[in-house]
Amino acid sequence: MSELLQEKNAYSAAFAQFERRLNGKKNVWLHEIRKAAFQRFDELGFPTMRDEDWRFTDVAPIVKIPFQPAISVPGLLTISDISRFTVCEARCTQMVFLNGTYSESLSTVKYLPKGVQIISFAAALDKSRDLVEPLITGSISYRENVFTALNTAFMADGAFVYIPSGTVLKEPVHLLFLSTSQPEPAISVPRTLIVVEDNSQVSIVESYAGLHKGLYFSNSVTEIHAGANSLVDHYKLQRESEEAFHVATTRVSQGRDSTYTSHSLSLGGSLVRSNINVLLDGAGAACELNGLYVAKGRQHVDNHTAIDHAKPNCSSRELYKGILDDASSAVFNGRIVVRRDAQKTNARQTNKNLLLSKNASINTTPQLEILADDVKCTHGATIGQLNEEELFYLRSRGIENNAAKTLLTYAFASELLAAVKIKPIQCQIDLVLLNRLSRTL
Amino acid sequence: MLDIIDLHASVDGNQILHGINLSVHPGEVHAIMGPNGSGKSTLAKVLAGREGYIVSCGTVTYAGDDLLTMLPEDRARKGIFLGFQYPVEIPGVSNMYFLKTALNSIRKYNGLEEMDAMDFLVYAKEKMKLVEMDESLMNRAVNEGFSGGEKKRNEVFQMAVLEPKLAILDETDSGLDIDALQVVAKGVNALRRFDRAMILVTHYQRLLNYVVPDYVHVLVNGRIVKSGGKDLALELEKKGYTGIEDDLTRQQAVNS
Repeated sequence: MSELLQEKNAYSAAFAQFERRLNGKKNVWLHEIRKAAFQRFDELGFPTMRDEDWRFTDVAPIVKIPFQPAISVPGLLTISDISRFTVCEARCTQMVFLNGTYSESLSTVKYLPKGVQIISFAAALDKSRDLVEPLITGSISYRENVFTALNTAFMADGAFVYIPSGTVLKEPVHLLFLSTSQPEPAISVPRTLIVVEDNSQVSIVESYAGLHKGLYFSNSVTEIHAGANSLVDHYKLQRESEEAFHVATTRVSQGRDSTYTSHSLSLGGSLVRSNINVLLDGAGAACELNGLYVAKGRQHVDNHTAIDHAKPNCSSRELYKGILDDASSAVFNGRIVVRRDAQKTNARQTNKNLLLSKNASINTTPQLEILADDVKCTHGATIGQLNEEELFYLRSRGIENNAAKTLLTYAFASELLAAVKIKPIQCQIDLVLLNRLSRTL
Repeated sequence: MLDIIDLHASVDGNQILHGINLSVHPGEVHAIMGPNGSGKSTLAKVLAGREGYIVSCGTVTYAGDDLLTMLPEDRARKGIFLGFQYPVEIPGVSNMYFLKTALNSIRKYNGLEEMDAMDFLVYAKEKMKLVEMDESLMNRAVNEGFSGGEKKRNEVFQMAVLEPKLAILDETDSGLDIDALQVVAKGVNALRRFDRAMILVTHYQRLLNYVVPDYVHVLVNGRIVKSGGKDLALELEKKGYTGIEDDLTRQQAVNS
């Protein structure tokens, strides 16, 4: 308990310092939210394993360390330093963030269709206040989640993507959040706001990576507003450094007949918690959540998804797969709520796990709350090992044991790769995954 | 090239092979026939190195080396091929990728240059004709959703691609209709060479109408009870396994 207090005190001091640094740039409306969020953070405190939502994930390692707000290091890095994390080369818009702060020199924002805005969150607070303010003010999720509260209290920069109605952005938008080594363990709090208006289409890739080895804490919040009949393809590639802590919350609100597809690939980090909350808030909306988590060593990866069927005739498909080696552990918690009015809901949830070691473990929990009576909801979870028959078949054809294991493990993940519709991104993910798997085995 | 001496093997604690003796030389085709449970498939799996099959006694020498201490992949790289009785489905791995990986693994081991995707495609298409295999099967996952006949053709196709020195075909003929059987037999015949040996493990004499073996061995209760030329298969067809066994019992009685 004393540790907890000490840690909260560290954040209190940091928040006071943060307020002082904002001097002059203090945006009154925004600062009221920050203060309210910090207060809420203080009230909630860090969760323990007694909290229902954190039953299998112990955040004590995060709580123990007095993280300092990260400082950005502009000008020290060149494009070639970050090239290994680039997803779609020269063809797409790429915004680069160092420790949560936008780096203009490393970013490429090409010619964009009329009305489209792809700018830093900090810039949007001034330039697009009319769009940003109501959404930020209306976002009250910090009241229920302590990590979102922490992010909101310190929020200063990140990305703002605005696609006006009737606009199709063909090239994907890559948001690359990099953490660099800092003198002291640092926390960065990227905040991303994505607004896709009616009848529009966009593909967003969010990447999180560590440029250097070392301990840091990335605590991001991404909010997506998908308008009526819009199409949003969302990729999240988590490649943090081995010692890093990564907590990410994605909140999606979907309008009528909109389609949201999420592809979440989690490879790095020592302690990872990823929340995806989707609100199907218009009739006929559809969401698809695909996830792949790969862990080794003593990594712990926790995926919490929540899909709220608030309106009728919506569908959700969810497929999460885990590959766990050594003494790694993972959590999958899939919550599906079907509200009373959400008739004709069609929801399907699947979680499959491949355990490559006797010491690896998975806790998988479906949570279905169905209040409507005319719905179709299915869920299933599997936990298994590599198939001996398949392994022998490959070896009997001359393929070496380790290569055969890699091939079968890769095959386990392949249906998630096949779901990636943008070819260059698929190739990149493919490469990253193959590289990771061949090192695992 | 292959010398099996007094081979005893068990699986799950059950003794299946009770002293097998067999010598195979380059260019020869041997048929091993026997009723269900006689140990035919066990023999094939022991030779290919399947885990879980325990050899309690005896030796197997292949090209001068002790075969039984080799890893399954090394056996394949040294030229042994097992055609599976029940080919395994592997979702998510394309047939093409699988075979290219296998071939290159074998080539690399033998000091040959690896084949690139284009060269492999040309090479594989040539081999596909041998077994009249549909090209579309190449891009599908290994054996996934293949019919019984397609799976067996795929085994012979793999053999054609990997060009083994010793092929062991475990009941490749079982469950095939006459058309598929003829295609498989045609493929096997086309792959007969002076420097390649084959062991056909089969339950039925039917395959031997199309692939004529040099030697036929009858396996009963884990022992080769009778060996002979191709006519032995016909005798077997007439008398059945029990007939052969009765003959042997009678002979033993006379001898003693």
